[in-house]
Amino acid sequence: MKLIRLKAIAWKEFIQIFRDSRSLALAISIPVLLLVLFGYALTLDVDHIPTVIHDMDRTSQSRDLINHFLRSNYFQLEGTARSYVHLQEMIDRGQALMGLVIPANFSRDLEADRETTIQILVDGTDANTATIALGYAQAIVTLYSQEIIAHKMNQVGVGSISPPVEARIRVWFNPDLESKNFIIPGLIAVILVILAAILTSGTVSREWERGTMEQLISTPIHNFELILGKLIPYLAIGMFDLALSVAMGVFLFGVPLRGSGLLLFSLAGLFLLGAICQGVVVSIIAKNQLLSSQISIFISYLPTFILSGFIYPIDNMPKLIQYITYIFPSRYVVAILKGIFSKGVGLEILWLEALLLAVYGSVMILWALKKFQKRIA
Amino acid sequence: MWQRIKSMIIKEFIQVFRDPRMRIILFIPPIMQLIVFGYAANTDIRNIRLAIYDLDGTPESRELISRFSSSGYFRIAAEAKNPADIRLWIDEGVISAALQINNDFTRKLRQRTGTTVQIIVDGTDSNTASIVISYAQRIVAEYSRLVLLKRFNKLPDVPDRIKRPFFKGGGIEIQSRAFFNPNLESRNFYVPGIIALLIMLVTLILTCMAIVREREMGTMEQIIVSPIRPVELILGKTIPFAIIGYIDVALVTFVGVFLFEVPIRGSLPLLLLATTLYLLSSLGTGLFISTISRTQQQAMMSMFFFFVPAILLSGFIFPIANMPKVVQYMTYLNPLRYFLIIIRGIFLKGIGFDILWPQMLALTILGSAVFTFSSLRFRKRLE
Repeated sequence: MKLIRLKAIAWKEFIQIFRDSRSLALAISIPVLLLVLFGYALTLDVDHIPTVIHDMDRTSQSRDLINHFLRSNYFQLEGTARSYVHLQEMIDRGQALMGLVIPANFSRDLEADRETTIQILVDGTDANTATIALGYAQAIVTLYSQEIIAHKMNQVGVGSISPPVEARIRVWFNPDLESKNFIIPGLIAVILVILAAILTSGTVSREWERGTMEQLISTPIHNFELILGKLIPYLAIGMFDLALSVAMGVFLFGVPLRGSGLLLFSLAGLFLLGAICQGVVVSIIAKNQLLSSQISIFISYLPTFILSGFIYPIDNMPKLIQYITYIFPSRYVVAILKGIFSKGVGLEILWLEALLLAVYGSVMILWALKKFQKRIA
Repeated sequence: MWQRIKSMIIKEFIQVFRDPRMRIILFIPPIMQLIVFGYAANTDIRNIRLAIYDLDGTPESRELISRFSSSGYFRIAAEAKNPADIRLWIDEGVISAALQINNDFTRKLRQRTGTTVQIIVDGTDSNTASIVISYAQRIVAEYSRLVLLKRFNKLPDVPDRIKRPFFKGGGIEIQSRAFFNPNLESRNFYVPGIIALLIMLVTLILTCMAIVREREMGTMEQIIVSPIRPVELILGKTIPFAIIGYIDVALVTFVGVFLFEVPIRGSLPLLLLATTLYLLSSLGTGLFISTISRTQQQAMMSMFFFFVPAILLSGFIFPIANMPKVVQYMTYLNPLRYFLIIIRGIFLKGIGFDILWPQMLALTILGSAVFTFSSLRFRKRLE
C-alpha cells in the first residue's frame, strides 16, 4: 500500500464529488431538511383530538362531564351533533375523530345512584391515535366517577373529598415528555443511513457504467487502495453531516446531550463506516446505479426507519420480527444514540452494542475488499 | 404515432427487466414492506416491563400490584431491592417503568390521610411514556375509587338506597366503539397507506432514473434523432412505469386483503380512477426531476429530497392535525395527502365519490398541473 496512490484516489473522488456541486448541496440539505421537519412539524403526541358531542341529557351534570373532557387539553370541541346519525356523519367525513354520546337518563341515573353508561365512538382508522384517545377518555371518566363518589360521601357528611391514593409520576430523562428528545437522536441514525446509501450507491457502479473502470484497472493501483480511497471522501462528508446534525439537535432544538460527545462521535462514526462499506458492496454487486439504489433503500433505509426502534418500539413487535431486528445494525446505533443523548450512559452499559457495531464495520470493510476484484468481469 | 409509442414502451420494458435481479427488486420489496409494516409498525403499547419496589409488603400493597399485573398493560419484570436497582435497570433498558410503594402506604391508607405511590417512567420515548402514564394513572385511580367505595359501604349510617348500587362498581361505565376498525389494528391503517407509498416510490424512481440514464449514457441523442416526437417520448417513458405501478398495487392489495385480511369496503373502480389521477402527479414529478438532473446520483438525491418530506407530511405516520398550522397548509400541496384520504376511505370506511370528490378534484388539478408543467419543460430540454 502506497500512501501516495491512496491519496490520489481519495483526491479524485473528492474532485468528482465537489464538481457535482448540486449533489453536495443535497447531501448537506437532506439532513437539515429532515431535522427541521422532525424538530418542528412532526410529532406522535396525541392532543387536541377533534371531538363532537351529542348531549341528550342537557343538565348541569352532563355539562360538567363535558367540561372535564374539554379542560384536559386532549380533546377539542369540533361541534355538537343534532342527532346520533349526524354525529356518525361527522366522523365519516373526518370532521371529528371522537364522538361522545351522553344518554338522556344520565343525570337521572346518577342522582338515583344507578349505574349509568355513556358512549364513546372513535374513528379507528388510525389505530394508534384511537387507542390513545380511548385511554384518555377512560382516565377522565374514572376520575370524574371518583369525584362523584367523594361528593356523595361529603353529602352524607363523612369522609374526605381528596382521593385516598394518588399516583405521583416521575418521568426520568425527559420530564416534559417532548417527542423531539427521543426522535432526533434516532433521526441521526436515519440520516447517516440515507446518506451512506445514496452517496455510495453509485460510486463503483458508475465507474462500470461509464467505462472508467477499465482505466482504473490499467493503473498500478491496488484493490484496497482503490476501495479505501473511495471510502475516505464519503466518510468525511458523513462525519460532517453527523456533526451538523448533532449541533442542530443540541443548539437549535435544545435536545439535551447528557453523555460523552466523544463516545457519540466515535460510535456513530463506526456505524457510518460500516454503512458506507455496505453501500460500496452493494454498488459492486449491482454494477448498475438504478439497481443498487433500489437495493440500498430496501436493505438499509426501510429497516432503519421501521425496525430500529427509531419510532416504533421494538418491544411491541411480534417476537419473530423482534429477532429479525437483531440483524440490522441500525438497531444498535439507535440504542446507542438514545442512550448517550437522553440517559447519558457510557460504554459500561453500551459495550455490547458498540462491540456489535465494530463487528459490523469490520465485516463490511473486509467484504468490500474481497468483493472488489480488479479485473474486467 | 401509437406504433412508435409501442416500440418505446417495449424498449423500456426490455431495459428494466433485462437484469433478473431488477425483476426481483421491483416486486419482492413491496411485499416485504407490506409484511414489515403489517406486523412491526405498531404503536399500541402492551406488556410494559415494570419493576416493583414494595417497601410496604402488606395485603393492600400487593392488591395494588396485582391490579397492575392483571391489567394486561404491564408485565412485572423484576422486583427491586433498593433504589439503585431501578436506576440501573432503566439505564440498561431492562424495564421502562417502576412502581414504588413506600412503607407507610397502608398505615396512611388506614389513617385516611391520603397516600401516594410513586411511578417512575423512562421518558426517553415520550410517546410510549405518555401512554404508560395514562395507564398507570387509570389503574391507581380505579384502585383509589374502590377504596373510597369500600369505606363508603362500611359507614354505619348510610341509607341502603345509596349503599347497594355503588357496591356493584358504581359510577359511569363507558361503552366504546371504534368505527371502521373495531379491533384497532394498526395494519388496517398502514396497508392502504403502503400502497400509496409504493406507487409513488416505484414510478418516481423508474421515471427519473430511466430518462437521466439515457442522458448520462449518451443514448438520448440517438432517441432524439429518431422520428419519435416529444409527446410520444414522454408517453413512452411514463406508460411502462405506470403499468409497473399498477401491477405493484394489485400485488400489494391482493396480499393485504388475503394475508392480512384488511377489508375493502368501497368500490374498486373508484380506487382505480383515483390511482390514475394520483399517477399523474407522481409521473409528472419524476419527469420534472429528470429535467433538473444531469446524473443518476443527482436524480436519486433530488428524488429523496422530494419523496421523504412527501411521506412525512402526508399523514402516513404522523397525524396532520398535530402539525403546526403553517406546515398543515403546506400539506395541501402534497398529492400523497389526498390519495391517502381516498385510499383509506375506500378500504376502511367504504365511502364513495359523494364524500371523496374534493380530494379527487384536488388530485386532478395537482396532477395535471405538475404533468403539463414537467412535459413542457422536458420538451424544451429536448429541443
